Formats: sequence, C-alpha cells, structure tokens
Amino acid sequence: MAKALVDLIARTFPDAIVETSAQHGDETVVLTPDSWKSVARFLRDDPRARLDMLMDLTAVDYPDREPRFEVVVHLYSLTKGHRLRIKARVGDAEGENAELDTLTELWASANWAEREAYDMFGVSFRGHPDLRRILTYPEFEGHALRKDYPAERIQPLVPYRDVPNIEKLAPFGRDEGMPFGRQTHAHGRLEIPSDEPESL
Amino acid sequence: MGDLISNNSEIVTPGDGQGFATTRLADMLAWAQKYSLFMYPFVTACCGMEFMAVSSPRYDFSRFGSEAPRFSPRQSDLLWVVGTIVQRQAPILRRIYEQMAEPKWVLAFGTCASCGGFYDNYATVAGIDKIIPCDVYVPGCPPRPEAVLDGLMLLQDKIQKGDRRPAVVKPRHDPVDDPGLGLVQVRRSRSSRPSNAPT
Amino acid sequence: MEALDQDLDDAELEVASEPMLLNVGPAHPAMHGTVRIVMELSGESIERCDVQVGYLHRGFEKMCERGTWTQVFPYVDRLNYVSPMLNNVGFAMACEKLLGVTVPDRCQYYRMILGELARMSDHLTCDGAMAMELGAFTPFLWMIKGREMIWDLMEEETGARLTHSFGRVGGMAQPPTDGFKENVKAVTKQILHIIEEVERLLLGNRIFLDRLENVGIVSQEDAISLGWTGPCLRATGIPYDIRKSHPYMKYGEVDFDVPVGSASDCFDRFMVRIEELKQSSRIIDQCLERMPDSGPVNVDDPRVILPPKEDVYTTIEGTIQHFKIVMEGLKIPAGEVYSYTEGGNGELGFYIVSDGSGTPYRVRIRPPCYYITGGLERVITGQMMADVVPCFGSLNMIGGECDR
Repeated sequence: MAKALVDLIARTFPDAIVETSAQHGDETVVLTPDSWKSVARFLRDDPRARLDMLMDLTAVDYPDREPRFEVVVHLYSLTKGHRLRIKARVGDAEGENAELDTLTELWASANWAEREAYDMFGVSFRGHPDLRRILTYPEFEGHALRKDYPAERIQPLVPYRDVPNIEKLAPFGRDEGMPFGRQTHAHGRLEIPSDEPESL
Repeated sequence: MGDLISNNSEIVTPGDGQGFATTRLADMLAWAQKYSLFMYPFVTACCGMEFMAVSSPRYDFSRFGSEAPRFSPRQSDLLWVVGTIVQRQAPILRRIYEQMAEPKWVLAFGTCASCGGFYDNYATVAGIDKIIPCDVYVPGCPPRPEAVLDGLMLLQDKIQKGDRRPAVVKPRHDPVDDPGLGLVQVRRSRSSRPSNAPT
Repeated sequence: MEALDQDLDDAELEVASEPMLLNVGPAHPAMHGTVRIVMELSGESIERCDVQVGYLHRGFEKMCERGTWTQVFPYVDRLNYVSPMLNNVGFAMACEKLLGVTVPDRCQYYRMILGELARMSDHLTCDGAMAMELGAFTPFLWMIKGREMIWDLMEEETGARLTHSFGRVGGMAQPPTDGFKENVKAVTKQILHIIEEVERLLLGNRIFLDRLENVGIVSQEDAISLGWTGPCLRATGIPYDIRKSHPYMKYGEVDFDVPVGSASDCFDRFMVRIEELKQSSRIIDQCLERMPDSGPVNVDDPRVILPPKEDVYTTIEGTIQHFKIVMEGLKIPAGEVYSYTEGGNGELGFYIVSDGSGTPYRVRIRPPCYYITGGLERVITGQMMADVVPCFGSLNMIGGECDR
C-alpha cells in the first residue's frame, strides 16, 4: 500500500526524491529540502494519499555526514490506514544553516514538534509562527541532543549554594555513587571536556 | 494576681489520669511542631504517584500529623520535594523555599530529589541540596510508602531533638543480616570497622 | 457636609477593560504535572494563552544514547509513570522489530495482561485525579484503592510497585508467578466493582456533570490536525485504537470494543476512560483463558537473552555470553524502525536508529501526551478560567512523558 504512495510521489515530483527505502515495512522517502513543504501538502490533500495526521516530527544528528541533520516525519492516514516516513537532510558539518520549511500550516501538531526539533537540534523552520525553545529554558546555550553536546554539561539557572563540598554533601559519604563509568557512543563525536563541567 | 492561683492543689500519683509534666518550653514547642506539620507538596514527577499512595487511606500519613496540605508556601512548614528537579524548575523551587516562614523543614522524596538519580545529565539538578538545604532524604525510585513513613518519623524525631543535621532513611533490615538468605558480605566499609580493631 | 453615597444609576461605573495576565503553574495545586499556563483574561474568559512545558525535561533521549539497549528500560519506565508496563512493552517491541524476533505466545499474552493492567492503572489515576480536582475526593480515594490492588499484583510479579523495568528485548525478566491468573482475576473483579461504585457516585452528580459537559470541546478536524490519539481522539468520535486498527501481539484475536464519544467534551473523555477500563478487563479475561501455563517466555536466541544463572556459573560459554550481553549490550542490527503501540494516552511510538552497536544511536519516543498538551491552548482559549482544571485533567498530561 505504502509502496504505491512512494511511486505516486515519484511520478508527481520526479525531482524531489533523493532516495527511498523500506526497512521492516516502513516505507521511507528522503526528499530534497526545497520540495519539503509542497510534497507534504500533496500527501495531505491528495485523495490517494490522504495522510491526515502528522504523527511525529523529529531529527537525528549524524555528525559525520553532510548534510548533518535528518528531519524525520511520520505520517499516518486515518482513513486509509497507511503510514509513510518522509525525511529531509539539512545543515552543514557545524550544524549551521539547518533550515527547512515549516509544516505548521498543514498540521497543527507540527507546531510543538518543530519547536522541539529546534530546541534539541538547532534545526530552524522557516515560517514557523512561534519558534521558541520548548523543553529547555530560553537561557540554554547549545542544542542538547546534538552528538557534540556533552551530556553532563549543565547550565544552572540558579547558582548552587555556597557551602563547602557541594558536590557531595553530608550525609552522603565519599564512596557512595555509581562505580561504573557510562558507556558512550563510539560514533558520536562526544568529547570529554578537559576542564571540569561548570559547577557553580 | 494571687486570686488567680487556686489554693486547692493536691498531690497526684502517676498514671491516675490527671496530673502534670514538666518540660522546657522549647521541647514542648518542638513536640507541637512535629505533630502539626503543614506540608507543601512540590510534586513534579513519578514519585508523585507514590505520594498519592502515601496520602491515600491505605498508608495514610495523616496519622502522623502531617495531614493538611497547604498550597501556599507561607502557610506551610514542611516542603516535600517529590520528584526530579530539573534546571528549569530550580528557580521555582528555591523561590518557594524562600517564601516559607521559619521554622521550615525539607524532605527529599525519592532518589532524584536526593541526588539526581540516574539522570546525571544536562537537564537535571543533581539533588535539591545543591539549591536548598535539605533535612531528610528518602531514597528509592520511587520509595516505598513504608520508607516515606520512616522518613517522616525520622524528621519528627529530628524536630523533637532540635537536630538540623541532614539524614538518610536507612533500610530497616540489611539483607546481609538475614540468616535465611545465606548472604555473606565480603567487604565491610571502612567506617563500620570497630575502632579498636588492629589496623 | 454633603452625603457621600453615589447614585449608582447615574454614575458611570468604570470597569477596567484591559486584559489581565494570569500565570498558573508550574507549581500549582490544580495542575497535576508540571506545566505553566500564562493566560490573558478578559473578565473570567481566556482570550489568549501560552502553554509552556519542559519543567520535567530530564534528558531521556540523551541518556538513552549513553547505555546499552537494556539500560533504556528503566528510563522508559519513567516516561509515562502511571503505566510503565506499556512503555516497557512498547520499547521491547520496537527493538524486536528491528531484530526480527517474535516472542513466544505465552509472553505475548503475559505482556498483554500486564499492559492492560497498566492501562487500568493509568485510567484509574486520570479519572480519579480529575474527579478530585473538581472537588469529588471520595471517588479519587476509591480509585486509588483500585490502583493499589494493581500495584500489589505488579509487585508480586515484578518486584516493584511502580517502576518495574520488567520488559526485556525478546521476552520478560521473569516468567509469570504461580498464582498469577487467580490474582489477576481477583483484582479485575474488584476493580470492576470499584468502577461501578464510582459511576453511581459521580454520574448522577449534577455539579460534576455541569463542570464537564460541553466544556473543552474539540472538533474532529482539530483533533486530527493536532495529532491527538488515544482516549482524547476517541472522545471526538474517531475509533482509532491501534489495538484494533493495527493489531499487534494477540489483540487481533481477542474480542473487545473501542468506546467512542460523541460530543468530544471533557465528559466524553472521562467516560471513554471509564469504558476502556471495562474493556481492558474483558481483554484480560480472554488472555487469562488463552495464556499457556507452561512453556517458554523468552525467545530462544542466545544473542538476545541472558543465559540461565546455572549456566553462567558453571559453563564457560554461559559466562562469556552473559558478560558480552551485560557489558557490551545486545547487538541490534543497523537500521531504523518506527514501532507503535497503544499506550495509556494514545499512540506510543518508538523511532529507533541503530548503528549495529550495543548502544542505541537514537531513541525517539513519540509521546502521545506531548501532542495532546500541544492542543491544550486550542481547548481552553475562549473558555472560562474555572474550566481550565477539568480540561487539563481530562487531557491527562503526564509530565515525564510530555517533557521527557
């Protein structure tokens, strides 16, 4: 069913498709960023597609690739019961210029989802009515889910209390805590910062 | 003034239902305080579900005199921090703490509030004691209601003694001490070694 | 001296006409969950509002990229912490889809029963809290009593009252206990009784009905556009339930109905949940009949499942296998998958990207709450201030899942 959808896109927008795949039954179409919105509109409105729900919009960071980010959207059709995953690849190696047209006009659910993708990855959406950070606070610098953001780097909003040994206050003893280090990802460019993470 | 003191005083024997007790004013105040804790539940996360269970009839912490929740920090003297405090929430927590009138106590409900738990990342405050002083830590993710009641009783005990040193709720029974389990502890921590043991 | 009293008929009474900004949350007694709503009020009606989430953003997705696949389970538990078992099963199924394994029948029924119990726990909590916020404290206490029974059962099965971490890729941590079926039967029977009592207590209550009926109406088009799923979408009359539309596990074989609403107001959302409690009990009854009493629970695949403890301590193969799975993590073939199940609040999707190592490359959860809370602004704009509480309660926002 969804295979027919991919063919439909290929016929209607011959220049829009970068590649297609179908892993584990999930039909996927990678679109060019320019055609992002027009294809999405077509998929929502065309009677053969009728993908009337935007189930999820997210991004994945591949720091070794160029373009770096993959914006992933899962669409679902309530009336026809089929699903389609569309993707677009944006951003250069430094994570700059990651821009894509917003889908907010087509699906209201894209509003918060795009805000989250912006917050977590720094992908900005052209034409979004209200592109603010949503999960982190406005003072937060950087984008937390990028692979090069160290997971432990905290950005406190209130200074920590001015007491000695704030890292481990009584009654917690010296030898309590996690004995094992955490496994980190070999492929992400996760750099352990040389200096201590800022702890005020 | 002499009129106010009645003359018909008598000697009472202990246990006959009437009588008096001598105490210091501070002790009596502490006694009154520990059984009338007005709580402010600062409920954020998963532990809130367990907090509901503790406040519902089965575990019912109103038996300990901490029944009345006050959703105004100015009227409460026990701050329950129930759940993870993230960096974004931290200013709010501190503001609520600062709005509470003295004397005030703080109980960290669950591992996240105590030390951040397994959320050792950019978003989470690794324990509320980084921001506000804390009196009793109740570990557990989430803690069982029994542990919460233990924590509440521990706090009451500390209020009575006037002890403001922070404390952790320990397990009632160390599994190692249970002969039925056949467990052997191979390494005692240094602190638990008797002081007169040869080194 | 002249009289100071004013003739009110003649005087022009000036009522302040500029809108008032009101901030509710993130620490507010009526907001279960950590959400902040900034409202612009005109009188008592809400002209504009801004819903702000993120006060419980704990970095779930970042943490998933820092452990093995199995170490994700405890984090998944704490997403929708009212029904952790559904999340467990959802994540396990996503990994299994990528691995290409199918768990044995016994495990599928076991997962279904535990999952439906978790759903009952979720709906009991949601409806109970909603009633409590409207002033009906007794039904809340009764429903918590029912939830306590489920938790006792879960503790018997998994060892934890709330956060079980019981799912595993390729099975469950433990097989069912001996008295499992009898316990479940006893619990569902009592919960049905509780629901009956709660219905008798609430559904004839004029105050309760007036606060819910025709409040917080969302049109079907809006609900679809907002990406609503689960009870909130079904309350608008759309019978979209993944258990029915795209059956997974054994949901295709059991007989149950999908309750839908008609007015799509707060009352419908309340009633859909009540009705789903009964349907869950029906599903559980059928699963109990069909679940085999013996047989394997986990897949017979040494790449995925830990060897039995006897082998670990007595054979070198067992030791090595155990070491590899625990230290390196089980290897999930490279690729990406989107797996979806029906969670307590709607479509619980996991979009997983694996690069073939023992650590997830990206775990994205599609949180049903997030999209539902995204619609809160549309629901309460134009409503009265007092209606925020039932509207918010009926959407069942769970902080851990919404903010992750």
